[in-house]
Amino acid sequence: MFRSAYSSSPLKMIRNGVTAASPPPDYTVALAGNPNTGKSTVFNNLTGLNQHTGNWAGKTVAQARGTYVHDGKRVLLVDLPGTYSLLSHSPEEQIARDFICFAHPDATVVVADATCLQRNLNLVLQVMEMTSKVVVCLNLIDEAERKGIEVDCGRLSKELGVPVVPTAARSGYGLDNLKETIDALASGRLSTRPLVVRYPPTIEKEIERLEKQLSPVLAGKLNPRWVALRLLDGDRTIVESIEKHLGVLIQSDKRKVPA
Amino acid sequence: MLSRSATNETAANSDSVAFETPAKIRFEDEIVSAIYSHADTIAAGVMTKRRPMVDWDDRIDDILTSKVLGYPIMLLMLAIMLWITISGANYPSEILSKVLFHLEDKLTGLFEMYNAPDWLHGILLSGMYRTVAWVVSVMLPPMAIFFPLFTFLEDLGYLPRVAFNLDHWFKRAGVHGKQALTMSMGFGCNAAGVIAARIIESPRERLIAILTNSFVPCNGKFPALIALASTFVGGTGTRLGTAISAAAVVGLVLVGISVTLLVSLILSKTVLRGVPSTFTLELPPYRKPQIGKILLRSILDRTLFVLRRAVVVALPAGAITWIVANISLGGSSLLHIASSGLDPVGRLIGLDGAILLAFLLGLPANEIVIPILLMNYLSTSAMVELETPAAIHELLVSKGWTLVTALNFMLFSVLHFPCGTTLLTIRNETGSFKWAAVAAGMTTLAAFVACWLVTRIASVLGGLL
Repeated sequence: MFRSAYSSSPLKMIRNGVTAASPPPDYTVALAGNPNTGKSTVFNNLTGLNQHTGNWAGKTVAQARGTYVHDGKRVLLVDLPGTYSLLSHSPEEQIARDFICFAHPDATVVVADATCLQRNLNLVLQVMEMTSKVVVCLNLIDEAERKGIEVDCGRLSKELGVPVVPTAARSGYGLDNLKETIDALASGRLSTRPLVVRYPPTIEKEIERLEKQLSPVLAGKLNPRWVALRLLDGDRTIVESIEKHLGVLIQSDKRKVPA
Repeated sequence: MLSRSATNETAANSDSVAFETPAKIRFEDEIVSAIYSHADTIAAGVMTKRRPMVDWDDRIDDILTSKVLGYPIMLLMLAIMLWITISGANYPSEILSKVLFHLEDKLTGLFEMYNAPDWLHGILLSGMYRTVAWVVSVMLPPMAIFFPLFTFLEDLGYLPRVAFNLDHWFKRAGVHGKQALTMSMGFGCNAAGVIAARIIESPRERLIAILTNSFVPCNGKFPALIALASTFVGGTGTRLGTAISAAAVVGLVLVGISVTLLVSLILSKTVLRGVPSTFTLELPPYRKPQIGKILLRSILDRTLFVLRRAVVVALPAGAITWIVANISLGGSSLLHIASSGLDPVGRLIGLDGAILLAFLLGLPANEIVIPILLMNYLSTSAMVELETPAAIHELLVSKGWTLVTALNFMLFSVLHFPCGTTLLTIRNETGSFKWAAVAAGMTTLAAFVACWLVTRIASVLGGLL
């Protein structure tokens, strides 16, 4: 009865559809973030598109794409659905996750709300487990200031091991800096050393074991530590996605591990 | 252990890996909490709060979404918006009419000077120009006032609060609370509301949200509702009159919402049965609206968009209406024949054939229903000039319009079949013409039932008085 709302795979759309009329982009950049962080405003201001949809939670139902030119290079920006995490398997989260994992964007911008940093950092940490090419766009910095919140961006950047760019997208503040940082990261001029979240020893032991098994088959296409983690939290959808996009089938064999 | 298995059948062309995890144990919670505690530690290390702040968002939300005050505030906001629109739109409307119809006279003079044939003058001026002139003069002023106000509330973040207040009712109707959101978006544009139903995961609840979306009046219908309410219900001369007109439109919105809930309930208890899923509705923070941007966007994106759509449809519709009004078959015009054919049906629900025909011809866009109707009426009337809103009122009265006719017209406008764009969107979203047809049939049925009821009640009351 229904066509899926997300019928065409984002990867196909990117790789086949968008660039039909225009020259292929030099870089593909993903835009992730929690809902209501001004992600769409960042997107609109960078690409010059004006898709006004107002202040709604969850208004980006499918991802929008737009391009901008920076320093003579065409950058394709993909606005992923806003999500709080990439772990709980809603359709939006799967779209965002699969795009970051399998479309191999040259950089992933995580738009974070400076007024509630904690909640937003959860997503940042999760994205950093998947890819090292991450820029944190610390948006709504003006609103944070109004609320008396100050964020030490230099220190945050050091802690996370990825660049952090403060922005106020509605007024355009910081967006040039963001474009510059994206360019540096995508071109490889800037390298990152993302913080690795350490888990309790029992989990780390399992991760290590799985990682060893996974890395030869994933052949550098996907971070084995991250895949190991998904297997450990029992996420079946990632197994399907890996099969679909990488042609690698991961099966659980039913034997129990000796305790 | 891990092995590349060549014998696996389901993955003939793919590498295959077997992994083993302790089958019974899932680490989900521990993994998530490790991430959360890392995020907390980092955030605490880099953030300083200058002073303990009152969270104004929470304070305001306590009032706007409170059980007692939530609904009254909602209705009051809508009423104020409409009041400003109605009291502000009347005068510019009159000026625009005068200017545009003065221009028509001038153009007519030009046609006469060059001895242009009558039919050319008819199609171009009496047909196309006049329809567009009505669209512009009747609809532009309310749009130019209403849309910035609407965009203001939307940017502020008030509409999700509306959805929050209504959420409870949708759950009681057996549908998804998110439908409150998609319905609220329908006030802007029903096609957008239908697309927005993608946020509802359950196919059953999504379908109900799609089918019932057009029961709330969209931006394209508001100008006509406002215009009719101010000419027929309250008038605009006095404060009281304006307030009554605004209240009438608020009432229509309430009817729209009630019918949405009622039809949703019926659907969820019959053909689309099921248990409502739960969800968390997040209230976005209030954002200071940027007045300049609101004006620019509401004028460019909304006002000009709706106006352009109306004009684009009005041009051919005006020409066609003039042509069918002027081609005669056995003594009466085609338009007249069609109108009289529909007349018995129209009378049954307190309307007339010309009105039903206008709604049918207005399928491409609701914005042109009134201009088409005026054109039709004018072709069989001695009146030729319609330079002021008062003259429009006079024309409608001369065609037998009463308060009940106006009410029925507005009700029908709110409830009847969705516009062409929305129907196509429903087709695209559900993947079948069947559901678009169901939507059209169901809404039109609701419109007929509602108008019939009003007509019956009015005649009973009329008999009593």
